[in-house]
Amino acid sequence: MSDLTTLTITDALKGLESKDFSAVELTQAHIDAMATAKNLNAYITETPEIALEQAKASDARRAGGGAKLLDGIPLAIKDLFCTRGVQTTAASKILEGFVPTYESTVTSNLFEDGAVMLGKTNMDEFAMGSANTTSHFGNVINPWTREGDDTPLVPGGSSGGSAAAVAARIAMGATGTDTGGSIRQPASLTGIVGIKPTYGRCSRWGAVAFASSLDHPGSFGRTVEDAALILQSMSGHDPKDATSAKQDVPDFAAAASGYIKGMKIGIPDEYRIDGMPEEIEKLWQQGIEWIKEAGAEPVKISLPHTKYALPAYYIIAPAEASSNLSRYDGVRYGLRVEGESLDDMYALTRAEGFGDEVKRRIMIGTYVLSAGYYDAYYIKAQKVRRVILNDFVEAFKQCDAILTPTAPSSAFAIGENEDDPIKMYLNDVFTVTGNLAGLPGISIPGGVDAQGLPLGLQITGRVWDEETVIKIAANIERAANFTALPQTLAKAAA
Amino acid sequence: MAQLVKGETGDWEIVIGMEVHAQVIANSKLFSGASTQFGAEPNSQVSIVDAAMPGMLPVPNEFVVEQAVKTGLGLNSKINKTSVFARKNYFYADLPQGYQISQFEHPIVGEGTIEIDLPDGSTKEIGITRLHLEQDAGKSVHDQHPTKSFVDLNRSGCALMEIVSEPDIRDPEEAVAYLSKIRMILRYLETCDGNMDEGSMRADVNISVRRPGEGLGTRAEIKNVNSLKAVQQAIDFEVSRQIDIIEDGGEVVQETRLWDPAKNETRSMRSKEEAHDYRYFPDPDLLPLHVPQEQIDRIRDALPELPDQKKHRFMADFGLSLYDASVLIAERERANYFETAANGNDAKLTANWVINELLGALNKDEHKAISDSPVSAESIGELTALISDNTISGKIAKDVFAEMYKSGKAPGVIVEEKGLKQVTDTGAIEAIIDEVIAENQGQVEAYRGGKDKLFGFFVGQVMKKSQGKANPGAVNKLLKDKL
Repeated sequence: MSDLTTLTITDALKGLESKDFSAVELTQAHIDAMATAKNLNAYITETPEIALEQAKASDARRAGGGAKLLDGIPLAIKDLFCTRGVQTTAASKILEGFVPTYESTVTSNLFEDGAVMLGKTNMDEFAMGSANTTSHFGNVINPWTREGDDTPLVPGGSSGGSAAAVAARIAMGATGTDTGGSIRQPASLTGIVGIKPTYGRCSRWGAVAFASSLDHPGSFGRTVEDAALILQSMSGHDPKDATSAKQDVPDFAAAASGYIKGMKIGIPDEYRIDGMPEEIEKLWQQGIEWIKEAGAEPVKISLPHTKYALPAYYIIAPAEASSNLSRYDGVRYGLRVEGESLDDMYALTRAEGFGDEVKRRIMIGTYVLSAGYYDAYYIKAQKVRRVILNDFVEAFKQCDAILTPTAPSSAFAIGENEDDPIKMYLNDVFTVTGNLAGLPGISIPGGVDAQGLPLGLQITGRVWDEETVIKIAANIERAANFTALPQTLAKAAA
Repeated sequence: MAQLVKGETGDWEIVIGMEVHAQVIANSKLFSGASTQFGAEPNSQVSIVDAAMPGMLPVPNEFVVEQAVKTGLGLNSKINKTSVFARKNYFYADLPQGYQISQFEHPIVGEGTIEIDLPDGSTKEIGITRLHLEQDAGKSVHDQHPTKSFVDLNRSGCALMEIVSEPDIRDPEEAVAYLSKIRMILRYLETCDGNMDEGSMRADVNISVRRPGEGLGTRAEIKNVNSLKAVQQAIDFEVSRQIDIIEDGGEVVQETRLWDPAKNETRSMRSKEEAHDYRYFPDPDLLPLHVPQEQIDRIRDALPELPDQKKHRFMADFGLSLYDASVLIAERERANYFETAANGNDAKLTANWVINELLGALNKDEHKAISDSPVSAESIGELTALISDNTISGKIAKDVFAEMYKSGKAPGVIVEEKGLKQVTDTGAIEAIIDEVIAENQGQVEAYRGGKDKLFGFFVGQVMKKSQGKANPGAVNKLLKDKL
């Protein structure tokens, strides 16, 4: 029997079905692996007892012939999703010890489909960050390191714990959320697949809010098909979320075996930015070759307002966050630091409970919504958002999907970019447009850079057309044949 | 005609605009399924959405939206097919989200006008600026513990309609008439119970004064005005406060003031400088609210008859006076009661009996509502019918009514049991008249000698002898003949 933690989800489902191993064995293998990978700090809360119980129930279901879509598959859940009876923190001190009495719609859907929860993964505090260095529970370490250099690297963020866990084979797949790139960028930095679906595809009910109009729950897997399978389970209309769409959920996993012959793939000029490493440009060209070989046609397109996306994003996201995070006031749950008066209690609680990046964004958001600044910042940013959406509408008249790099760099060292928030914000330069426009996007590993670190390619599609995005990603996946492993795992395998 | 106020230095005109907060009649809250029932145990009607637990999202209550549209139509106002929920951000212990979901730039109802009825019998049009939907806050309780405050979230998230008027109101009487009319319309529509003492309807009053013909003065917003009496008192106090300031050479400060009914005064809550910056922005958890034309039409078609329509119909169809019609339509149940009673009867006579006798009796009887009347509408109808067909006289009818009120018996039964049927048999009446003439020869002489005034004496004697049952018309006619 091969090491169960290296299997893809689709293979594991076959193995479970043919009784090669049980869900309990599969889960136990992951729990054992988690114990040896504590240094990554990928999980905030591990839930081995729950996992084994769910696995046992799964084995019983399968024995009774009632196995579901993800029955017995051990997953990691980003600690932004509320889980009934299990601490949910959003990686913030202000929510440390908070145990929800309710289950988020997305995790409910997964459990309904038989998924097993290994634990709650680390992340940037309230999903604010691109390096997973803002968590109250410490940094997450990328399982990848530069060749011949042990310097710990970041896994990207904000879903860094989920990405690191999947890359390090201590979860078969994971949930994430993507507000400006928080699934796709860490997927790129850890050499795995991450999908952000169309806005409204996955319910936000029970997911701790960062920026409501930009937050997209999504999935991670080590293959396109795995990520698609998890997404399929997570998706669907939810009457408890007024922004959730009444859209049928297609067979996403089946799309992974589709062909792209005759498709037109847009290549936007505006995604060539100053100072982008040559290897990323090279990988992009390679990606274009791969889609040509698969019978698709690259077409030059223009997304002229791309450069305004990041500034607009860093107005809209903090504005919404400043309001969304007002509920953490020490009155009903979470941290409370007593004060002389109600206002004093608020100030002390929030000063103690929130980290620097969260405070920075609350202040930016409060500022841009203030009387006298609202029109100049918030309204202007909303106009930019519409213009960017329009860019995509125009572009999709000429092409079926768009191919770009996912992130402007490979994994960097912990501490790098920390002195300059703007430099950190640049990590999202290729991904925020998809959030502003609500479009489905995926990041797939395309290759490694000179230091042996993975680099991702991003496909962005039309609204509700995840299937095309998945098809193209699967074709690139087959062509790229990305087999590189994080150094630690490579050593173990050797 | 609006009153001007005499100051030391001349006349002043009052300018008033009102904001009415009306709790929407609905079983559940604006954005959650929690119950809205009044008077439940603290924090027993709070969903995880109302408590703003992490990850909770608002979903608009479609029934509440319909109620708002219905109210807008009842206020003769424009329904906006697209409206937007916005967040009003501020911190308070009884505001769990840290923001109130309200409507700011794009309310569900736009401009309109309503007619108010003034005590002198005239009417006036008052402009409606807008009506918007918003969440109510919870309640902070400060008197249960020496150092702690308690929070009750039962009301948190309940749907309110804020109805804003144009500054068209010119004196306290108009303000009271406006508030009464709004309450009457809401009650007719069954979109708010209008109970000010339970807080389900509250008013903020914006008041300023100016010299007649001049531009608007600086206004103060008076909060906590929670009864019709308080509206009158708060305006009286605030107007003289403002006039005194200006006449003493000072300036009125734009501020929010609180009405204190115990001390009978308004006092400053916060000035313009201390005013919150609410940082309104469209709520990203909610899509713009669309109300299709078909839905508006459907709601319009199902609207009940409104007070003013009813008033005009009562005047036209029943020939009632403006006063009588206004009294009868003041409550929907009262109007229904009257219509049931008047069915097939003399409407004016029925109106008199409902207004003068029944409402008077109910009022003396612990201000009972007409729905609790021991006398049914059918019985009042029967009573007026008995008067109309001369079975009993109006005078006897009063005794019958008193008995009806006491025992709840039907008037026909009472008349039968007590033998109160009017005597219309001319033979019987003539016999009584003959007796009276025989017993009062002196007065007969005097009358025949020209003392016309004595005629009333004879009528009285005949009625007395008949125990009030003789038909007064017949008595008059026969007496004249005999004398």
